[in-house]
Order: sequence, then structure tokens, then C-alpha cells
Amino acid sequence: MTYLKRPPAARGLEVKVNSGQDFKDMAPRTLFEKIWDAHVVAAPEGQSVLLYIDLHLVHEVTSPQAFDGLRASGRTVRQPLRTVATVDHNIPTTPRGLPISDPIAAKQIEALQKNCREFGVPLFDMDSAEQGIVHVIGPELGVTLPGMTIVCGDSHTSTHGAFGSLAFGIGTSEVEHVLATQCLPQKKPKTMQIHVTGKLAEGVTAKDLALGIIGRIGTDGATGYVIEYAGDAVRALSMEGRMTLCNMSIEAGARAGLIAPDETTFSYASGRRFAPKGKDCEEAVAYWRTLASDPGAQFDRVIEIDAASLAPFVTWGTNPGMVVPVNGRVPELKSFAQEADRRAAEQALVYMGLNPGMPIESIAVDRVFIGSCTNSRIEDLRAAARVAKGQHVNPKVRAMVVPGSQAIKRAAEEEGLHRIFLDAGFEWRESGCSMCLGMNPDILQPGERCASTSNRNFEGRQGRGGRTHLVSPMMAAAAAIAGHFTDIRNWRFN
Amino acid sequence: MQPFRKHTGIVVPLDKVNVDTDQIIPKQFLKRIERTGFGEFLFYDWRFSGDRKERAKRIGDFVLDAPRYQNASILVAGKNFGCGSSREHAVWALADFGFRVVIASSFADIFANNSLKNGLLTVRLNDDQVTEIMRRSKEIEDYQLTVDLEMLRVEDGRGFNATFAMDEFSRHCLLNGLDDIARTLRHEAQIAAYEAKHPVRVEMKAILAGKAGF
Repeated sequence: MTYLKRPPAARGLEVKVNSGQDFKDMAPRTLFEKIWDAHVVAAPEGQSVLLYIDLHLVHEVTSPQAFDGLRASGRTVRQPLRTVATVDHNIPTTPRGLPISDPIAAKQIEALQKNCREFGVPLFDMDSAEQGIVHVIGPELGVTLPGMTIVCGDSHTSTHGAFGSLAFGIGTSEVEHVLATQCLPQKKPKTMQIHVTGKLAEGVTAKDLALGIIGRIGTDGATGYVIEYAGDAVRALSMEGRMTLCNMSIEAGARAGLIAPDETTFSYASGRRFAPKGKDCEEAVAYWRTLASDPGAQFDRVIEIDAASLAPFVTWGTNPGMVVPVNGRVPELKSFAQEADRRAAEQALVYMGLNPGMPIESIAVDRVFIGSCTNSRIEDLRAAARVAKGQHVNPKVRAMVVPGSQAIKRAAEEEGLHRIFLDAGFEWRESGCSMCLGMNPDILQPGERCASTSNRNFEGRQGRGGRTHLVSPMMAAAAAIAGHFTDIRNWRFN
Repeated sequence: MQPFRKHTGIVVPLDKVNVDTDQIIPKQFLKRIERTGFGEFLFYDWRFSGDRKERAKRIGDFVLDAPRYQNASILVAGKNFGCGSSREHAVWALADFGFRVVIASSFADIFANNSLKNGLLTVRLNDDQVTEIMRRSKEIEDYQLTVDLEMLRVEDGRGFNATFAMDEFSRHCLLNGLDDIARTLRHEAQIAAYEAKHPVRVEMKAILAGKAGF
């Protein structure tokens, strides 16, 4: 094989060190700055930096107008092999092979199929064994790797930052831009380090850490920043947990959140289907080891969080920052210092049908949704199944489990998790975004209250008039069984 | 893209903080594959009862539907406007409805980026200025503002004026309605050089050979 004699980079490894530069003389850099610097294609005077994009993930909802734009201007997809498409947002989660009942959704899926054929973009289609939520399959297939720049027309692209990649959501005009040029003009964001010391208690998960952070800094607390999560509690997280944490970065306003790769990352990524193999893998890992913030690197803002101060959280309002511990109460309106925030809380409580001062554990639920790009991975399903084992869903509750991908569904079935869920009275469905955003038929009815492992509790997000409470997978499973929110730390596991 | 230089129009106050893109354009309207026609669905769940267009009934009390704001082209809202989903449909809906400017004390990053690509100007003023515009637009019939991107200035001809900041490059692009993609492609040689140094990984080439796609 002649290519083995060429330097590693020529074989397509993501080794992004510019030769000739003496890094010993450089000021200490953050992980973000290292990735950024390695992807600068051009820095024209007085303009935004042109950043190279290693991987562009595409789905059916935010891409049709972008492909139309290419056609209208006679452009092509510059790097089809740096582009990976799947269908996730509006596909049904009923058994595959049934026709799609919504003709407009079907048209959008057909448009993606046609666009991928026409422009030569790989597509993991409805009937593919690899289909799944775009942010689940990227890591699962080994197309998401440390040190990359990754974009997708979806705000939860921040998920991929768990690998130590710079990953962020973009709009459809930018989707077209990346399809055509494989680059994006970008203004350099500020950097924030969120340093989580100590250890998360039993029953307190990455989801609770994310909700705790958003509750503290607010839904715009990190606007304009890229967050790097660090500290012992972050290091102790599995890749699934790290993905959950980075996924929710956007809910604090940050476009991206990232975590320096380590042994946990390398062992997850190595051996994945499209990850580097053999010697390439060794070289890749050697490069990935350099991807950590240097000692003394400066962040624009640093936040310290004590993991021991966190509890299982439940949102009570209509944005993810409106959150309290499960053993707490719906806040009193007088607790809000700002008039605008107090009014927002008042409106949220009317929408949510809650009263100030109510204990969270007294709130009964009608529906439970376990799924979404935040919490639909195998570890999430295992955690929920552990709670559900030998129990029964409350007769007043309808509960569904939607695995993030076909691969996760298969893995869960091999472990028998689906049996636990089905025996307990949960629905076990096909993979997709499902009730996280209710673009497919999985929606809440007006007034229905849902314990959801998804990421947004905005008004109408899961269905018009629907009331969403964000929780971890364990907390969702426990609510399904108890019929109301309950503190997982007191759960009696079978 | 439609250039933006200077615009005078009626101001409508949306006195809420954290207006997310799910509210600006609810999910049921994201299945269209065109860029146009989103305006009638703007703030749909706040404006209409009934799920679909044909069964829709105007709720009537939403500020956008008040007769005095019918011809508004400037929206003023609370902090963190456009948070949440990256859906550019939110910007398409605002622009299609007739808005040229949104004024708030802060904007979500992706929303602000998307606006820039569509000639919708996002103007950041401080809380006090936003509150004052909000108050005037409620109290004064046909309250108008002039937003001047060349001068980076907002004024109402009634004593209110404010300056705003915008990075020079974004301003230049908006003023001239520049096509982003064409500008990037001027760097073709640099992109090609970068790609020569960093070719596609061999494993990715196997994606097409596998079952994916075709």
C-alpha cells in the first residue's frame, strides 16, 4: 500500500499541526483555541476568519432550502465524504415499513433522498440499520472524533463537543455555505470554563449537572461563549454522560461545549466503524492526547461548581433555566429580583398550570418520554430500565421509550432492556427525534403534562398546550411508575 | 440578499424575555421545503387557535394583531430573543411577515447569524433603551423609529436616540447585501491548499461503499 509511506496527514488523519511552528514559544492555549487555530483556512484583513469544517451532518428539516440554493446557483457539494445525512426529525417511531401518514413530512424525507442522490451525499435512510438521531449516530459510527470541527443545521450539534471537537449548530444559509465551500466565516467566540469539582451523588446524573448549570447561569448565561467543561466530576462521566452535558450547552446560550478527550474518549472512539484503524488509530490517539487546554491557558470566564451541591432536577417552567431540585418547590414569584423575570415566571406558571410553593413531588404526570439527542443512548436506557425493572407504569400514565438509533435499539434488545420496559408497560418504539420536538405524530395533547428526558420545555415544544418537565432518564422512569415526580435517591430498586 | 442601509417603520412591542424560535415559528410549519411563505405562521400558537391553517381562528389579543401595529416593520422585544432551535425558518417568518429590524437587549447567537444572512437587522440596545422604546411604542399611536445602519443609530424624531454597535464586517455585508458563498470561494486556492494537507480519511471513503444511501 503506497499511501502508508506518505505522512500521516496525507492519509487523511485529522492531524492538524502546522509544520514549522514552534509551539514551545506560544502562549498557553485553551482546547478551543487549539482546534480553532488548526482549522483556519484564511484570515482576511477586516473580515471573519474562514474556518474549515471537517464534518457536516445533515437532516431532512433544515437542508431542503440549502440544496435548492446550490441548484439555483449551479454549485455542487464540495466534499460529499465530509457530509453525512440521515432522517430523524419528522419520521414516525412506529414500525418501519409502514407508510408515512403525514404527506408534508413524507415530501421532506423524499426531498432529502433526492438531494443526497443528486449531490452524492451518503444517507442513512429510513430503512438503514444505522439510522438514528443525527447526534447519536455521528459518535456511534466513529465519524465524530476528537479535534474536529463539526456543524449541523441543528442547535444540539454541541453534543459532539463531548469528544473534544468544536461542534456547533448553524442555520440553513450556513448549511448551504458549508455544502458549497466546506468552510464557514466565523467570528471567534469567547471562552468559558465550567469547572465541576467533587463527585456527583448517586442518582444525580449528567442531565442534572446540565440543568444545575443552566439554572445557575441562565438560558443566556453563556451566549457568545464556547464552554469547556472540566474538573473531576466531568472526568468521571462516561461518553454518554459527556454527550448529555455538551448537548445542553446550547440551552445556556453557548453554541458549543467541549470536553478534553482522555482514555474514556479514546476507548469509545477506537474501533468504531468509520474511526481510524490500526496504525492510523495509534497516530490519531497520539494527536488527540495533545488536545487539552495548556496549564495557564486563559479563559474569558471561569465558573466553579461543586458537584456535591447538585440534586436530581426538575424544570417547573417554560425554559430550561426554570429548574429546582426534585425535593424543592415551585418558586414564589417574589423570589425573582427582576421584574421581567418575575413576569416571565408568572406567565410560565399559568401555562404550566402550577402554583407557587407547590412541592415538585406533588406534581402528577400524564405522559413520560424517554429519548432525544440528550438522553436516548444505551446508558440512558440502562439507567431507566434499572428503575423500571419489576415495576408497573402508573395506570394514568402513558410512557414511551424511543432509542436514539437503530443500533441502540438492537443493543438494548440484546440486553433484554426492551423486555423490562414492555413488561412494565412502557411503549418501545423505533428511533428518531420523536416527542422531543413533536414534528412526527408523537405529541402531547393540550394540557397534558410530561416528564421528558429531552432538552427543551418551551411552550408547545412537545405539542400545542403540552406541559414539559425536563428530567434525567431515571427520574422520568420513576415518574412513570409513581405517577408523579419522585426523588430517585429514595427509589427502591428491584 | 436584500441590502440594509436605513429603515423607518412602525414599532411593535413584544414585551417578553427569552422569546424562543419555537414560539416564533412552531414546529408544525417546519416541514415546508421552500424558503418562502412562513410569514402567515409567525408566532402561530400565540395568534391562532386550531392546529392547521384551514381550522385556524385568530385569538385576537396578541400584540401583532392589534390594528395599530398592522404595518409594523420593527419588532422590539426583551432579552435573549431567538433562543433555542437553530431553525432559520424563524428569520424567514419574521422577514416574510414584513419585519426589517428586531431590537432587543440581547440575541441568541444562531438567531443573530441567521438574521444576518437574510437582511434582517438585529439591533442590540441596553435594557433602559429597550424599555423606553417599548414604552413609547405602547403609548404613542403609529410610533416610528428610523434605524440607520450607516450611522449605527436609532432615532424616533421625538427626542429618543441611541447608537448601537455591530462588527464592521457584518455591517459591510448587510449594507451591500453581499453573497457570502461567493466571497468564501474567492479563497479557493487557500481552501484547496488546506484540503491537500488534510484529505478525507480513508475510512470515510468506505461510507459510500457501504449500504449508506444508495
